[in-house]
Amino acid sequence: MSQTPLLEVSKVNKRFGPVHVLHDVDLKMYPGTVTALIGDNGAGKSTLVKSIAGIHPIDSGTITFDGEAVTIDNPKDASALGIEVVYQDLALCENLDIVQNLFLGRELTERGLLDEKTMEQRTRETLASLSVRTIKSVRQRVSSLSGGQRQTVAIAKAVLWDSKVVILDEPTAALGVAQTEQVNKLVRRLAEKGIAVGLISHNMNDVIAVSDRVAVMYLGRMAADIEVTETTSNEQLVELITSGRSGDVGIQEEVNQ
Amino acid sequence: MNENATPNDAGFALTDFALDGAKVDFKTAISDRVSELRAGDLGSLPAILAIAVLVTIFGLVNPSSFLTLLNFANFLEQASGVIVIAMAVSFTLLLGEIDLAAGFTAGVSAAVLATRLQEWPLVPSVLLAATVAVILGTFTGYMVAKVGIPSFVVTLANVLLFQGILLLLVRDGGSVRISDPLVKGLVGGTLSPILSWLVSLVGLALYAYVMIRKQRNSHGAIPRSVAAIKVGAAAVALIVVTTMLNTNRAFGRAPEPIQGLPTVVPIIAIILFLLNVLLTRTKYGRHLYAVGGNPEAARRAGINVASLRLSAFAICGLLAGIGGAFLASRVNSVDPNTGANDTLLLAVGAAVIGGTSLFGGQGRMLNAVLGGFVLALIPNGLTLIGKQVLPLWGEIDFGSSGIKFICAGAALLIASSVDALSRSQGQVR
Repeated sequence: MSQTPLLEVSKVNKRFGPVHVLHDVDLKMYPGTVTALIGDNGAGKSTLVKSIAGIHPIDSGTITFDGEAVTIDNPKDASALGIEVVYQDLALCENLDIVQNLFLGRELTERGLLDEKTMEQRTRETLASLSVRTIKSVRQRVSSLSGGQRQTVAIAKAVLWDSKVVILDEPTAALGVAQTEQVNKLVRRLAEKGIAVGLISHNMNDVIAVSDRVAVMYLGRMAADIEVTETTSNEQLVELITSGRSGDVGIQEEVNQ
Repeated sequence: MNENATPNDAGFALTDFALDGAKVDFKTAISDRVSELRAGDLGSLPAILAIAVLVTIFGLVNPSSFLTLLNFANFLEQASGVIVIAMAVSFTLLLGEIDLAAGFTAGVSAAVLATRLQEWPLVPSVLLAATVAVILGTFTGYMVAKVGIPSFVVTLANVLLFQGILLLLVRDGGSVRISDPLVKGLVGGTLSPILSWLVSLVGLALYAYVMIRKQRNSHGAIPRSVAAIKVGAAAVALIVVTTMLNTNRAFGRAPEPIQGLPTVVPIIAIILFLLNVLLTRTKYGRHLYAVGGNPEAARRAGINVASLRLSAFAICGLLAGIGGAFLASRVNSVDPNTGANDTLLLAVGAAVIGGTSLFGGQGRMLNAVLGGFVLALIPNGLTLIGKQVLPLWGEIDFGSSGIKFICAGAALLIASSVDALSRSQGQVR
């Protein structure tokens, strides 16, 4: 694991009107590392991710990207830095095929007309670089793909544009056992490509199997940011999620909501 | 890469893009198409079947008047207006929207053309008519995309609004004659036999070029045999049709022969070609399908959904205006009924019967042509059948508006049922 974080969020605060959603939250994401972001519903995971993605700009705090302080005020800022978020609803057009979806909004053209050949080629290269082997043809319509394959396409969309940080919002929530396994492998491959991967998940087994680090949020605070080791257990993570602490890890003082 | 070598990564046996590399032979291509049909992706097959069935029925019942060259050319001219308005409506259908007032946009634009032609020369009149059509479309698009009113409601209001404008332009009960020879010849005119051959050969060459290019770029996904059969079929069809239409189709006592392709045929072919390029080969077309399929995904991909919607309605307006010129040219006049009555439902119906989805994101321009043929065949054939005495029923006038409306309405209902059913089947998968 490299020592300097690619993306570092520190002392971030976010309020929606009277509701203080994020309290001095810190998060570090390293290149080539999968960082799981866990926490109960309403703990602030989604808000934190949306702040990083520029959908909800932060009220105070700093975001450092590749050693430089940056401001992310809108989604365009985030994608310009190379930060992509794959949301749970995937945002794919089912009536279009894989190539058309991957290049949507950024189509390659040649003399004003679409350059299908190059786009097809680059789609194959991208999927091959992720070792995706379950897709029969890049000209398949997304409506004919399984849930896992759709997740793959959505992730490939982030990879195609050389993203440096890819955050996945519950990528396996709707998947069966075999497909979950397939997506988990894909998450590891993203990290092997040197991408800083964020993973929001409610499945502790997945988190332990796939992640290098786990950041636990509890009532809008970052309760713990720990490395996953052999001793990291399901129970420990659940305890952190539900009470904000586990043994000497986590928030020690009482939290008043 | 070792883990990828395991044969059962996640329960799938096929390797990377197995189908992309593989050469598809003729048999596989056919069986792929059959399985697509089974999966509910019917495309324009129902329309082609309907054309075959209708031609067979009308031909059997009434061979002496239905299966004549004169009626064939007449039928093409009858279908032209509805086909172009159906193309117009298709632009809104692709977005999952609808334009119920497209017929009246056509009517207003035709009325502007006809009234201006009485005082102005041809070019400024045509430009003004086209501008008015685009303005009406843009107005609808603004109401839908920027103000946020459902297109159904906006265009329902427009039906009255535009009909009012049409009535003011041509005055109640009146009609405006068109005497400009070029506008009159748009639909009624014919090309000389030599020019007809030239036009159809150029068209064939263009089609062959596009097919060969498509086949070469497909990495073997389209077998050569399929491309060759398509080009061959087009060649036979074009040669047969051109030969037929180049034969004199006038009645025996007519002073002059009527022969050659109706002018409207190559015009529609050109419009069809240009719109096809726009829809399938440009960013704009791709974005149109994307917004029709999933507006949220399109928005997140950085597509300006609102201005895309607005522009689609503007294009719809322009095409409807062209359709209006066709309607007017066929009867050499414009009256308050131009584009009114059943024109609009026929146009929406033509697109849907051809296989364009009412739910957005699916359809081709060719669908409008095929569906337009179906909906023009029904009144054409029924009129020629005329009054018949049926056993147990008595006399019945198949040429009456009542029977025609019922048949066209039933065809539209059947087509939308096919659309809805194949859509739900597609989702179950």
